[in-house]
Amino acid sequence: MAATDHERDVQANRLESSQYDRNFSDIHPALNRHEALVEADRCYFCYDAPCMNACPTGIDIPMFIRQISADNANGSAKTILSENILGGMCARVCPTETLCEEVCVRETSEGKPVKIGLLQRYATDHLMNNAEHPFSRAKETGKKIAVVGAGPGGLSCAHRLAMHGHDVTIFEAREKSGGLNEYGIAAYKSVDGFAQSELDFILQIGGITIENGKALGRDFTIAQLAKDHDAVFLGMGLAGVNALGLDGEDADGVVDAVDYIADLRQADDLSKLPVGRRIVVIGGGMTAIDAATQTKLLGAEEVTIAYRRGAENMNASEYEQEVAQTNGVTIRHWLQPRALQRDADGAISGIELEYTKQTNGKLTGTGETTTIAADQVFKAIGQTFDGAPLDDTIVLEKGRIKVDADRRTSMKGVWAGGDCIVGGEDLTVAAVEDGKLAAESIHATLNA
Amino acid sequence: MADLTTEFLGIKSPNPFWLASAPPTDKAYNVERAFKAGWGGVVWKTLGEEGPPIVNVNGPRYGVIHGPDRRVLGLNNIELITDRPLDVNLREIKQVKRDWKDRALIISLMVPCEEGPWKKILGEIEDTEADGIELNFGCPHGMSERGMGASVGQVPEYIEMVTRWCKQYTRMPVIVKLTPNITDVRYPARAAKAGGADAVSLINTVSSITSVNLDTFSPEPSIDGKGSHGGFCGPAVKPIALNLVAEIARDAETRGLPISGIGGITTWRDAAEFIALGCGNVQVCTAAMTYGFKIVEEMIEGLSDWMDQKGYTSVSDFTGKAVPNVTDWQYLNLSYVTKAKIDQDACIKCGRCHIACEDTSHQAITSMVDGERKFEVIDEECVGCNLCVDVCPVDNCISMERISGVDPRTGVEINPEYANWTQHPNNPASKVAAE
Ligand SMILES: Cc1cc2nc3c(=O)[nH]c(=O)nc-3n(C[C@H](O)[C@H](O)[C@H](O)COP(=O)(O)OP(=O)(O)OC[C@H]3O[C@@H](n4cnc5c(N)ncnc54)[C@H](O)[C@@H]3O)c2cc1C
Ligand SMILES: Cc1cc2nc3c(=O)[nH]c(=O)nc-3n(C[C@H](O)[C@H](O)[C@H](O)COP(=O)(O)O)c2cc1C
Ligand code: SF4
Ligand code: SF4
Ligand code: SF4
Repeated sequence: MAATDHERDVQANRLESSQYDRNFSDIHPALNRHEALVEADRCYFCYDAPCMNACPTGIDIPMFIRQISADNANGSAKTILSENILGGMCARVCPTETLCEEVCVRETSEGKPVKIGLLQRYATDHLMNNAEHPFSRAKETGKKIAVVGAGPGGLSCAHRLAMHGHDVTIFEAREKSGGLNEYGIAAYKSVDGFAQSELDFILQIGGITIENGKALGRDFTIAQLAKDHDAVFLGMGLAGVNALGLDGEDADGVVDAVDYIADLRQADDLSKLPVGRRIVVIGGGMTAIDAATQTKLLGAEEVTIAYRRGAENMNASEYEQEVAQTNGVTIRHWLQPRALQRDADGAISGIELEYTKQTNGKLTGTGETTTIAADQVFKAIGQTFDGAPLDDTIVLEKGRIKVDADRRTSMKGVWAGGDCIVGGEDLTVAAVEDGKLAAESIHATLNA
Repeated sequence: MADLTTEFLGIKSPNPFWLASAPPTDKAYNVERAFKAGWGGVVWKTLGEEGPPIVNVNGPRYGVIHGPDRRVLGLNNIELITDRPLDVNLREIKQVKRDWKDRALIISLMVPCEEGPWKKILGEIEDTEADGIELNFGCPHGMSERGMGASVGQVPEYIEMVTRWCKQYTRMPVIVKLTPNITDVRYPARAAKAGGADAVSLINTVSSITSVNLDTFSPEPSIDGKGSHGGFCGPAVKPIALNLVAEIARDAETRGLPISGIGGITTWRDAAEFIALGCGNVQVCTAAMTYGFKIVEEMIEGLSDWMDQKGYTSVSDFTGKAVPNVTDWQYLNLSYVTKAKIDQDACIKCGRCHIACEDTSHQAITSMVDGERKFEVIDEECVGCNLCVDVCPVDNCISMERISGVDPRTGVEINPEYANWTQHPNNPASKVAAE
C-alpha cells in the first residue's frame, strides 16, 4: 500500500544550474589575512592549553596561533603539520565544537571560542599555496613498509615513516586515494578538490608509492604482505554498512548513505545526480546529517532524519544538527524504523516508524507508529568493519581490529589505525593520530 | 552635570581638553572643526620665524606601534614645525580667536636661540589677540639639529634665558613645553620657573625609532631607504608623562607651578589622572589624530559623569589630589603585606597566572589540585608582587588582599604599624641612626 497518492518522484536537475555551485560552496569560507590576525589576537596563549589537550593529534595550538599573530603563517603551518600532516583537511572537517573549540577558555569566558579550525586552515592553506613541502626525509633506512588503505590513517602513517627514512608502499583498493576525505566528507567542507591537493602535498615528502586498485584479500594476502615487508599498517576504514533489518531492504529507493555520498563527491555535474522529492534518513551520526543536508541541497523538497533516541544522544554534534536544520532538514527523535512501504512496482513509497522510549537505559518501542511518505530511504545507521581480507589472522574485538596503545595488532609486525580499530572515534583527526603513533612505534621497533 | 570650565593662567576654556600643538592645530580649517566638535582650546601648531617656510619630508612621516587588532598604541613622527608662511598663520589665528572668544588659543613658538628672533616674533604675534604662548623646547627631531626644540630644552640655562626674554617682550602668559628626553625633568622645570614661566606643559615626544624594515634594513618611516629618529607619542608614553608631571608637581622648588599635562591622553580617565597629579588642564594629540575630533565628547561626558559620581563640582576640586600620595620608595609601608587571591568562579583556567609566576616569579600558583586543572595561590610562596593580576585576562578575577597576623611566607608576625625602609633593620643607614 502506498503511503500517499503522489507519484514516486526521484529525478536529477531539481535546481537552476547556478544554484548547485551556491549550495555546495565552502561552508566556512577561509579567513583572509586581516581576519586571521584579528582572530589570532584573541588567543590567550594559555599554559598547558586546554585546546591542545583536546586535539587528538596534540597540535600546539597556542604556538601556531601566536605564529600567525607574529606574521609567520608558514611557521605556524609547520607547527600544525608536524603533529598532523593532514592539518589542512582536519581544519575543514574536525567537529571543533566538540574538540579544541569546546574547551577553549574563551568559550568559558564569553561563549565564543577562538576560531581554531579557521586559523588552522589559514596557516595550512598559506603554506600549501606559498611554500615548499616543509619536511624532509631522514637518511634512507632501506626498510620497506606496506600500508593498506590511503585514507587519513594510512597517509598519516606513510608520511611519518617516509620522514624517518623508510620506503612506503600504500595499497589502495579504490581508483583514487584519500579514503573518506575523497569519498565521504560533505562536499561543502572540502571544496576545490582539496583532498587531492592535500594528497599531492603529502606525497611531496618522497619515498611513498601508492598502488591504486590493489585490495588486500583480493590481490594479496596479509601473510604475503607481512613476509615481503618489514612492517605493515592497516588503515582500511569501514567497508560495510549496518542493515535496517527490514523486509524490502533491497527495494528500489533504499539507499546506502555512504555510497550515495561517494557518488555525490565523485560527480562532475551535481545536477545529474538523481534525488528524491521526499527523503527519510535513518540514523543519528555525521553520515545521517551529511546525507540529509546534501540531498536537501540537491533540491529534495522534504528531508527528514529519523533517529531512535533524543537529540543529546546523537553522534552528530549539536552544531552539525543545526547545520542540517538551517538547511531545512527536519530532525525527528524517538522514532525507529518498523516497515518499508512500497508502491505497485515494488519501489519505496514511505516508511513506517515506531515511537520509542528509554526506560532504565533500555530502548523500547511504544507500539505507537507513524508513517512518512518517502521516495528514498537513506540508511545511515553506522558502518561496519569488513574483516574478511584478514583471513582470521588478527584478533578482533567488537568487530574491529584490536590494538594496543602503540597501535600494534595481535599479529607480529602489523599495526593498525583509523576507523578499522576498536575504540576509535571515527574522526579524520583520530585516524591521523593513529597513523602517526603507529609510524613512531614501527620506527622505534625497526630501530631497536 | 559638573561644571568643566577651567581657568588656566587666567585663560578660560569651557573644558580642560585642549589640542596639543601638532597637525590637528595646523590651520584655521582644523581648529574650527575642533572647536565645533567641542574642544576647549588649542595650542596652534608651532610657528617659526619669518622667512622661507620650513620644508618637511615628502615621504612618510609616521611610524607606529600597534596593539591587538591594529589599535594604535604609539605614534612616531618626523614632522617639523609649521610649513605654512608666518603671515598666513597669524591672519588665521587672529580670525579664529575673533570667532571663538570662549575658547583658549595659545600660540606655540620656536625660533633660534637668540634674543633678536624671539623679540621679533613676539612682536609679530601680539596683534592676534591669542591668549598665551607656548615655547616649544621639546621637538626632538629635525629642529633640534638646528639648535632649536629639544636642544634648547635639554639645557636648563637656555630654557631660563629664553623664558626670561619672552616674559620681557610679551604681556601674554608664557607656557614652557618640556622635552622628556632628559635625565631629570626637575632641572628644566626649575629653569623655566626661574626664567619667569607662568606654566610648564609636558611631555613633548620621546626620541624613538619605532621599527626597522627587515627587507630594506631601513628604520621606519623610511625615506628613500633611510630613516632618522622621530618623536614618540600616544598611549604608550602616558606612564612616562605621568611620572614627569608628578616629579614637577611634588618638587619643592616647582610645587604650585601650573602644569598643562600632555602625553597619551585618550579617554576622560587618562585626563583625570593627569589632573589628579597636578595638571590644570590637558592637551591631546595622538588620540585626535587616530580617531578624529569627536572623541572629545566622550572625554567631556566621562569626566563630568565621574565628577558627579564623586561629588566634585569643578575640576579644581580634584586637581593635585594624587600629588601627596606620590612618594619615594623609601617611605613605602613595608608592613603592608598582600597576597593574591583568585576568584575561582571568575577564573577561566587559562593558566597565564601560573606560568608567569612559575617561570618568572615565585612559584606561588598551582596548576593542578588533586589531579584537576586548578589555579590557586600558595600563600607560603606568594610575595604579593601582583604580576598574576596583570597578566590575567579576566577583569577582577585575581585581587590583592592585605593580610595581618603571621605572614605564611616568612613565618614572621606582621608589624601592625607603618614601617618603612628608613626604619628597617636591614638598612645600614637606619642601623647607623639607631646606634
Ligand atoms: C559520510 C561521512 C562523513 C564524515 N564526515 C566527517 C567529518 O566531517 N569530520 C570527521 O572528522 N570525520 C568525518 N567522517 C569520519 C572520517 O571520514 C573517518 O573517521 C576517516 O576517514 C577514517 O580514516 P581511515 O583512514 O581510518 O579510513 P578511510 O577514510 O575509510 O580510508 C580507508 C581506505 O582504505 C581503503 N581500503 C579499504 N579496504 C581495503 C582493502 N582491503 N585493501 C586496500 N584498501 C582498502 C579504502 O578504499 C579507503 O581508501 C565522516 C565519515 C563519513 C562516512
Ligand atoms: C605629527 C606630530 C607633530 C607634532 N608637532 C609638534 C609641534 O609642532 N610642536 C609641539 O610643541 N609639539 C608637537 N608635537 C607633539 C605633541 O604636541 C604632543 O606633545 C605629543 O604628541 C604628546 O601628546 P599625545 O601623546 O597626546 O600625542 C607633534 C606631535 C605629532 C604626532
Ligand atoms: S584555549 Fe583558546 S585562548 Fe587558550 S590557547 Fe587555546 S585557543 Fe588560545
Ligand atoms: S602576587 Fe606575585 S608571587 Fe603572588 S601569586 Fe601573584 S605572581 Fe605569584
Ligand atoms: S590568569 Fe586569571 S583566568 Fe587565567 S587561570 Fe589565572 S586566575 Fe584564572
